[in-house]
Amino acid sequence: MTTVQATRSGDPGAPASPPPPRLTRRQRLSHWDYRFAPYLYVLPFFLVFLVVGIYPMVYSGYLSFFSWPRFGPSHGDSVGFANYAHVLQDPVFRKAFWNTIGIFLLSSVPQVITATVIAALLDTQLRGRTWWRMSVLLPFVVAPAATALIFGSLFADKTGLINEIIHTLGLPKVGWHSNRFASWTAIASMVNYRWTGYNTLIILAAMQAVDRQLYEAASIDGASRVQQFFHLTLPSISPTMLFVIITSTIGGLQIFTEPRLFDTNLQFQGGADYQYQTLTMYVFNTSNSSTDPYPRAAAATWIIVLIIVTIALINFGLTRLLQRRSER
Amino acid sequence: MRKPNIRRGAALGAAVALVAGTTVACGGSDSGASSSKLGKDDVLTITTFSDFGYDKLIDQWNADPDRPFTVKHTKIADWDPWKKTLTQELQAGHGLTDIVAVEGDAMPQFVSEGASDQFYDLADSSLDDRWVEYAYKAAQTADGKQIGYPTDVGPEAFCYRADLFKKAGLPSDREEVKSIFATWDSYFEAGKKLVAALPDTKWYDASGSIAQAMLNQTEFPFQTADNEVSIDNPEIQNVWDTVTAYSSTLSPQVVQWGEDWTANFRNDGFATMPCPGWMFSNVKSSAPDVKGWDIVDAFPGGGGNWGGSFLAVPTQSEHPEEAKEFAAWLTDKDQELAVFEAAGNYPANVAAEEDLAAKNATDPYFNNAPTAAILASRAAAVEPGHPYKGDKYSDILGLFQTAIQRVDEGSSPEDSWKTFEQAVGSLS
Repeated sequence: MTTVQATRSGDPGAPASPPPPRLTRRQRLSHWDYRFAPYLYVLPFFLVFLVVGIYPMVYSGYLSFFSWPRFGPSHGDSVGFANYAHVLQDPVFRKAFWNTIGIFLLSSVPQVITATVIAALLDTQLRGRTWWRMSVLLPFVVAPAATALIFGSLFADKTGLINEIIHTLGLPKVGWHSNRFASWTAIASMVNYRWTGYNTLIILAAMQAVDRQLYEAASIDGASRVQQFFHLTLPSISPTMLFVIITSTIGGLQIFTEPRLFDTNLQFQGGADYQYQTLTMYVFNTSNSSTDPYPRAAAATWIIVLIIVTIALINFGLTRLLQRRSER
Repeated sequence: MRKPNIRRGAALGAAVALVAGTTVACGGSDSGASSSKLGKDDVLTITTFSDFGYDKLIDQWNADPDRPFTVKHTKIADWDPWKKTLTQELQAGHGLTDIVAVEGDAMPQFVSEGASDQFYDLADSSLDDRWVEYAYKAAQTADGKQIGYPTDVGPEAFCYRADLFKKAGLPSDREEVKSIFATWDSYFEAGKKLVAALPDTKWYDASGSIAQAMLNQTEFPFQTADNEVSIDNPEIQNVWDTVTAYSSTLSPQVVQWGEDWTANFRNDGFATMPCPGWMFSNVKSSAPDVKGWDIVDAFPGGGGNWGGSFLAVPTQSEHPEEAKEFAAWLTDKDQELAVFEAAGNYPANVAAEEDLAAKNATDPYFNNAPTAAILASRAAAVEPGHPYKGDKYSDILGLFQTAIQRVDEGSSPEDSWKTFEQAVGSLS
């Protein structure tokens, strides 16, 4: 109590106007509660984030400038940018980069479009709405490992169901694990299966928040359902679309579980010819390689961070640009 | 290489490993002082991969009221993911169980300088003559530190489908087929006849397993005696040329242990496969209803050893004495005999081998083949020290198998070899 009073009276910046009425203890407590409690509430998250998020990031950045022999108990001498040079010169890394971009485009683009269309369909007067809405989320509840195992046997090259069907139709079987584009498609279909429903629900929630009177007004003006969708729904939900696009960009660029469990190669290098090794798989494999495993993996991680930030910024810019256009 | 019978189990195994890993880590941090004595209900942990046949043994151990301590067993489906976890946690310095199973081909990298410091010395002069010498020596460092006890060895015989042989007009009797498996030339010639007669059946299970069989007969496939990496030698070139040449005709072009590979066991996809003892349980579980499997006491080009594993105790274990005691118990005669019974893994224990030979056990699944006698005779045909396994043997072998997979999937052998050379180059 006394200390608080001392600081208050000693405050040189105190206004010259008549001093504010002396607050009671209860009022002061409530004032502090108002000002500081929110920070207290979010503090646990940031403490955990500091330990499991920030610390590993900073440490991996530090590590990326050192050598560390395999099985060595601690890191060795500083090597400057040698680890970064190794990663950037590695043809496998470049291949992994293009694989990741390819799988990302094949998954995120159709995923967001399909999710928006399904959300628009669910945002109508359907019978058993809740049932329909919950069922689109069902694939999301399936564990990613289970999804990957199911799709792995669907897409098995010689005996998989999909190739059996293709074969019955008289077409040549597709090398789902050997052909680069086919493997991307197979992996993207796994990702889409899992995430479309999730994005649908987020977009649906945004659509339901749009004022219904606007639709009434639009129909009175003679706008068709399709016109309403493009000129009313889409612009109204654009902040949510931005969120969905950015999160699916980040998620898409970090894809790991699906290609890893899809892999038939025993070294898990993403297919015998690295056809579907993604950037995160590259990091994982590098951390097990025989020379400087951890520092090289750390360098690769930081390169990936830069790539993701760049692409997310480009995405953000493009989406904003399109939004401005449509608002005009 | 000792591999899984069920790939589907991989995910489950990984999950189990994760849970086990965290539990162990927690257990480690609160017990504090190193090498504290374990009580009857304190837990000693062990991790194995594929099928070591330990389930019953460990259940019996834990059921014994006079046991000195309790054992918790974690099983991982595949060697390759376990190799990654093992490597990572050795480097991290914690997280491993008290006893870890190590696959034979990877042993050289663990006995090499630096890595061997991560393991407890299990040397015990009273045990020196307990195991087959070449297996025991394989887990020894240059300065005589013993980092592992051999669990089994992998003398190779050939498994074949007698029914398909008969259909294709080949001899099918266990004695008569020996001429087919006499040399690699006679083996491939017979294969051409079989695939001509049976268009839906290939000659062997995978290009990779034939490559492995041929590699096991070479002397210096990937590294010279002083561990210099050298992949430009006639021995490996011969393996490469042979396997890639027959890829499109005799091989089903599938990856070992994969979905398609397992399916081929059931749909007459292939007729022969190299069969070390531990492969028996893989054949049985992949094709429980197929009749017609048999085993021949012959192997093209002499003999060969494929796989065989070790139990090791990492220095991060806080109970090295108990771990050593339990590892020694598991690799003693009676236990290795029980493992042979349960999983077919051929014992590395000399007394157990002699016992098996005397008992002359047969296996009804393989048309009553005298499995024990066959494996004993195959073990005698193994040339110890073939192939020489340097510190990078396991890594390069993985890349070599991948290079063969590329050819199976349609790459030209020249392109695939170039990628292989490049990948081997970036190992250093």
